[in-house]
Order: sequence, then structure tokens, then C-alpha cells
Amino acid sequence: MMDAATRLDYVFTAGVAMSKNLHGYEQGKFIGQRCPKCKKVYIPSRGSCPTDGLPTDEIVELPNTGTVTTYCVVNVPFAGQSIEIPYICGQILLDGANLSFMGLLQEIPIDEVRMGLRVEAVWVPPEEWGPTLASVKYFRPSGEPDADYETYKEYL
Amino acid sequence: MSQFPALTSGHRPVGVVSFAQYDNVRREEARNEVEMLMPVVAEVFGNIGITKDDVGFICSGSTDYLIGGPFSFVAALDAVGVWPPRAESHVEADGAWALYEAWVLLQEGEIDAALVYCFGRSSMGDLGQILSVQLDPYYLAPLWPDPTSLAALQAQAMIDKGTASEADFAAVASRSRRSALSNPKAQVAYDRSPEELLKEDYEVAPLRRHALPPLTDGCAAVVLAAGERAYELCERPAFITGIDHRIETHSLGARDLTASPSTKLAGEKAGVGAKKVDVAELHAPYAHQELILAEALGLADDVAVNPSGGALAANPMMSAGLIRIGESARAIWSGQADRAVAHATSGPCLQQNLVCVLEGV
Repeated sequence: MMDAATRLDYVFTAGVAMSKNLHGYEQGKFIGQRCPKCKKVYIPSRGSCPTDGLPTDEIVELPNTGTVTTYCVVNVPFAGQSIEIPYICGQILLDGANLSFMGLLQEIPIDEVRMGLRVEAVWVPPEEWGPTLASVKYFRPSGEPDADYETYKEYL
Repeated sequence: MSQFPALTSGHRPVGVVSFAQYDNVRREEARNEVEMLMPVVAEVFGNIGITKDDVGFICSGSTDYLIGGPFSFVAALDAVGVWPPRAESHVEADGAWALYEAWVLLQEGEIDAALVYCFGRSSMGDLGQILSVQLDPYYLAPLWPDPTSLAALQAQAMIDKGTASEADFAAVASRSRRSALSNPKAQVAYDRSPEELLKEDYEVAPLRRHALPPLTDGCAAVVLAAGERAYELCERPAFITGIDHRIETHSLGARDLTASPSTKLAGEKAGVGAKKVDVAELHAPYAHQELILAEALGLADDVAVNPSGGALAANPMMSAGLIRIGESARAIWSGQADRAVAHATSGPCLQQNLVCVLEGV
């Protein structure tokens, strides 16, 4: 028996489009990009529209509000967990976006979270904004009536 | 009726009709893989006025080890846009092997055109370390030997056997970098004599700096088309009259590193010696390897070897092999060659080799 530990280190290149998204968080903004053909808005964009294969060059600033398309209550502890369990992980579809992303949901009892819940982003203090989604502290209910299922059924 | 070159019985004529490659650079800092591939895919289609809707198959070549993330080939498909769903495949190898898979599918006759692309970056990690993990995991990989050190053992074996000298290596490098001066995609090109190159210090003896490939970020793409479709898309398609690939044992100690029996066999199966060869594009990352390959393929002295400068001019991982096929096709399109031999390699010291013979009518 012998151990032959292998470790390789890499420098990740975010790319032009995702860098714009990440720099947006430094300014407290959600930055997406629009496909010139199908007009879908991706956040974050990797630079191309995965449907059309075209550069998503048009920058779109998205609002702080969105809809929970689906969610998961995390009850299982795991290595590196930074949030106290149980907590809620939601798929957030920002208003005007055609791609949802994962976000932490707070300020709502766990048994009240639901699909279609309208939420808003709560940012960390401006002096802590950086090129990372961690600049968004969490999402919380905005108090608006729930979104109609038809408005988000394509994004589950 | 269009004319096609003579093919092995039953084979369908399939030709290279378009080729594009990224500007080979030491380090692409701004763009990610998708952003690098998009203009190349647009160019390879744009050259012949088609779109993704005109190809029945997409095959890519890459390796996750270079990027350090899983399923990077799936993400790379965003550069093409695969909606509605497309017939698609991937090889964990140089794009030349992806081209082989596409060629096989085209032989079946259900589709008439295919897109082949590949991408790889040398800059995201320590390339020497990354390539060492492809070695056998028991005896070699734990020693972390980098490809240059292994290539140096091969070069030293040639010297010991008396089949080549350091001056021969320098002559290959000098000629290749001079040829590269006329290749706008070359990363390293210069006009320096072999005598001057021999004054360089050793990187790993007996290899000096000139005998090593550059570290390159890049990507490339090719469109293949069959039968009449090839003539619709290209005035003089570079038809594949033979293609074959062979591999040798992963145990370096069990190989005669001074020869390449896998290249020899692949060359015979692909029919290299059947007629005069005008141009040979050989994927020889290290200068001395070109000598081994030329010998294995039985190339005559009048063959123009690596007019593009070869892998010594630019060596984008997973793409340098497909680029040899693309450069060979360009020589046929332009009329510079009627018959060309393209070669791609993979693994340490020319372990695996693909040979593709291209002909124009």
C-alpha cells in the first residue's frame, strides 16, 4: 500500500461577461446580459446564449426583486456549512431575468416559504460589497402578493 | 458528376471544407472557454456560409484536467447553442480524435456535414504537473515527471542510438520557426540559424529552449462534409482518403522511444505511402519528435514538413492535432498541395498517434 496524494491548483478565468456580473456586486447591482436573438436575459451570463450560441453583449441591470420558483429546506449538516440549520435555499428569478439562481431565504418562518413567493434582496453594508454574490446577504419576503404560477413555470 | 479521390472500398468521400483557429496566445486572461470558442465557431461556419442548423452532428475534444472543473465540454456547447437539441458527442482527447468520430458517423450516411471543435488552455495551472497525472498511476505519476523531462529521455535515447544529434533538433526548430513567420496564427516565429540556437542553455538536457513547444491557450474548429455536399460548400474539398489511430503501452520503459511503431502502423493503414506526399503537418511538440515521425511515416526528402511551423509555432492543448488537419486542408484548398498527411499525437513521448491523409481532386 502506498499513498500518492494528488493536488492540482488552477487559476480560474471568469470571462468577460461573468466579470461584468461580478463587478456589478461591487456596486450593489445585479448585472445580466441579453441575447440579441431570443432576447432572453441571463444572470450570470457566461458570454453566450446557450440556445442561440450568440454573444450576449447587451448589458441589463436587473432590479432587487424577484420570485421564488422553487426551494429546499436544508436540515442536514455538512462539512464547511456556514449557516445554522435549518435554513431555506431558494431559486430566485429576478424580475426581467430568464435564468434563476440560488439564494438564501431569511426573515420568513420555514413553514411559510412557498413557490411564487415574492422576495427582495438584502445587501451587506456597502463597505463590504465585493465581486461576489456574497455581497447579497440574503433574500426576504417583499410583502407583495404571490406571483402567478404562469409567470415562472418555465423556470423550475 | 463531381470527381472524388479513390477510396478504400465502401468508404464515403468526406472532406474538410472549413477550418478556423483562435489567435494562439500564451495566456488568455479575459475570455473564458465559451468566449474563446464563439468567434471560432462563427468563423468556421461563416467561411462557408452555413449555420449550426446545417450540420447533423457536433463533436468536441477537450479535457477537464486542463480547466480543473468537471463536464467543461458541456458548458462549452454554449458556444454553439444546442437548441433545438442536437446530436452531439465529446472525446477526452485532441480535436483530431473528435474529427475521427465525426468521420465515422459520416460514413454511416445519415448526415452530410459535421462540426468538430476543440479547446484547451495551458495557462490555468502548472501544465507539467497536469500532464503528469495522465501517466500510469502506480510507477510514474507518483514521481510527477513533466512532459519535457520525459521528452528529454526520448531525445537522449536517440543520441545514444546514433539516430540524431542536438544539431538535428536545432535544424528542425530553426526551419519550423522560420516557416512560422508566414503563419499569422503562430505564437513563436523567428529567423535564427541552427548554430545560433545551439548556443542556448539546456532546459532539460539534451533539450534546449528551441526544442520545446510554447505554452499556448487556444481552440480550433473544422467542418466536415460528405459527397456532393462537400463540393457545395468548398471549391476543392480536402477529402480524407485514409485515417487511422493507434496507441502504444503506457509503460514508457517497455517502449523503444526512438521509434514510433503506432505512427508507422497508422500511416500504413491510412495509406500514406500509396502516392506522393506534398505536405506533412506533424504534431511534434518537441523538435526531435518530428524526426521520429518523419521516419515512421516514411516521408521522402522533398515533402514540405510543417509549413505552418507545427506545434513548435503554437501548441494549444487538445487543438494542436486538429490544427494539423486544418493546415493540411488549407494547403489543398489553395492548390499548394494535392496530397497532404496530417498527424496528431497524445500522451507522453508520442504514445498515441493519429494519421489522416487528405487529397484534393
